[in-house]
Amino acid sequence: MLEIKDLRVSLEEEGKRILNGVDLTVEAGMVHAVMGPNGSGKSTLSYVLSGRGGYEVTGGTATLEGADILGMEPEERAAAGLFLAFQYPVEIPGVGNMSFLRTALNAQRKSRGEEEVSAAEFLKVIRAKAARLDIDADMLKRPVNVGFSGGEKKRNEILQMAVLEPKMCILDETDSGLDVDAMKLVAGGVNELRGAGRAFLVITHYQRLLDHIRPDVVHIMVDGRIVKTGGPDLAVAVEKNGYADILAEAG
Amino acid sequence: MVASAIGALSARLSGLAMPAAGWSLPARRDAALRLEGMGLPGRRDEYWRFTRPDAFNAETAPAAKVLESDEAPLFSGIDRLRVVFVDGVFDADQSDPLDMAGLEIDLLADVADRDSHWAEGVYGILEARGQDPVARPHAALNTAHAVDGVLIRATGKAAKPVAIHHYRSSETADAVLHHVVRVEAGADVTVLETGPAAARFNKVMEVDVADGGAFHHVRGQGRDHERRAATHIFARLGEASTFKSCTVTMNGIMTRNECVIELTGGGAAAHVAGAALGDGDFHHDDTVFVIHGAERCESRQVFKKVLRNGAVGVFQGKILVKDGAQKTDGYQISQSLLLDGDSQFLAKPELEIYADDVRCSHGSTTGAIDEDALFYLRSRGVGKSEAQDLLVLSFLADVIDEIEDERLAGDIVGRLETWLSRRRG
Repeated sequence: MLEIKDLRVSLEEEGKRILNGVDLTVEAGMVHAVMGPNGSGKSTLSYVLSGRGGYEVTGGTATLEGADILGMEPEERAAAGLFLAFQYPVEIPGVGNMSFLRTALNAQRKSRGEEEVSAAEFLKVIRAKAARLDIDADMLKRPVNVGFSGGEKKRNEILQMAVLEPKMCILDETDSGLDVDAMKLVAGGVNELRGAGRAFLVITHYQRLLDHIRPDVVHIMVDGRIVKTGGPDLAVAVEKNGYADILAEAG
Repeated sequence: MVASAIGALSARLSGLAMPAAGWSLPARRDAALRLEGMGLPGRRDEYWRFTRPDAFNAETAPAAKVLESDEAPLFSGIDRLRVVFVDGVFDADQSDPLDMAGLEIDLLADVADRDSHWAEGVYGILEARGQDPVARPHAALNTAHAVDGVLIRATGKAAKPVAIHHYRSSETADAVLHHVVRVEAGADVTVLETGPAAARFNKVMEVDVADGGAFHHVRGQGRDHERRAATHIFARLGEASTFKSCTVTMNGIMTRNECVIELTGGGAAAHVAGAALGDGDFHHDDTVFVIHGAERCESRQVFKKVLRNGAVGVFQGKILVKDGAQKTDGYQISQSLLLDGDSQFLAKPELEIYADDVRCSHGSTTGAIDEDALFYLRSRGVGKSEAQDLLVLSFLADVIDEIEDERLAGDIVGRLETWLSRRRG
């Protein structure tokens, strides 16, 4: 599904190197987790994959189902099936949550040559999906993320994911700012979307999210590179011992 | 006045007349005298530093192409009483009968020769009050020489809005209209205005709201690119009355919208808002004075401008709180969104407060499209230009929120979307 090879990235303005050769392959149907200390480049990886400006790719490749995504505009990556659940979802006053989501869905469908979804049809779909995430009609009507609590913003991200049905979902620290109940709700939403045709890259600081979204593979990122890869046990070990052992091992 | 200024004023007044008699004559003569005293505005006048008055002062109206458009007029879908002017001349064929329960409506030209009229207590009176502390010569000129206008007296709750459509057909028409609205105690009326009006348009609207009355005003200024307009609203608010005015301007080579609101009764509320979108040769000036003269009044000024390709936006806004106007709640925000590096926003926000127990705040910002928000929208699959348009609408949302009626707000948003989509690259 997602294949990253020797990806090297610098900050455009300062020329500071952040990713120093990331190699990572996520197969369809799999959930991979990326853990790592602060400043290791986890969020940068998610931004570079989704096409945020301000970064310069100095080497390597990233492909989604064989297509080079690094040359695409952010909206083209979305239409190709990539989705980033933001760590800090942006507030957009004056733009209704539901109408924005329909605009996004239809923009993606249009660019894939598919028929647009009617307002009535869309309403049916979104209501069912929103209910499962405990998102009420009022939240759907309100402007995008405006006045939402931290938990509501994250649930709204998962709702967007559920409606847009991407193939490759990247979750950037989706657990930050969530209490246990909100995390369960969010994890439940993610787990429902797990399936053979879809893959996940879950970026997190803590193992606790991975108690609810069980990963198939866990990667440890340090200093802009994947330094260790293992099964779910690796996350447990990190939680227990911190990154010190791994850092020492990686030199 | 020096000889050149006298010459300029008499040239500007050439061709303008006054009725020979009638109830408005004293007010007109008074205005003519005041105008003679103040002269036409110049670049050195404090409130004309950012906007050139030349085209408004000139003897004749500069020619302006008439926009050919098959777009239905704004508010077409709203059940309303239509009053249509073409190039500043009343058009009976396109207008509805001037008759509605809860309202008295007359045309200024129709009733000019009467000895008395209810509008006598308002016409030129609020305009004259609004000349202090800042002179507004083109408003005095209007009072003296207005050719026509709509006189609306609300005595109850009007069943539907009165829509004044200002159409144009001539490339050189120079129109001077003077509308008067009197909202009696407890009455409620909505006045809509739309259309480019004339090559050069000088308009005054005086709004006198009695105790407990409510006045709502939504205005769209027509899209004709080369038109020029100098408009004034003068409002006086009685106790616990409400005044809400929102103007949306798309295009216009030169627009100066002045608004002077005087809160004279306790607990009154005045909201005035404006959204202006300009592309290229566009100059839009909002000059607003809100005067708190009574206790416990609330005022809101919300002005936003979206500018590109060298467009210029000006905001000059003042909250003046008089001695004794305790518990005033005044707020003013002026913001611009510059879509490129060529455009310019000039702001002069002012507070002048002579009472000691008030809450007043003002803010002014200039910025570009928020890159984080743009990326967020694009990451969901929305194309760049469409995402930009969404963020422009998001920026203008506070202004649209000032329109209470959802249908009217929806109509305005539709026009904004169309304007933006026409410019989508």
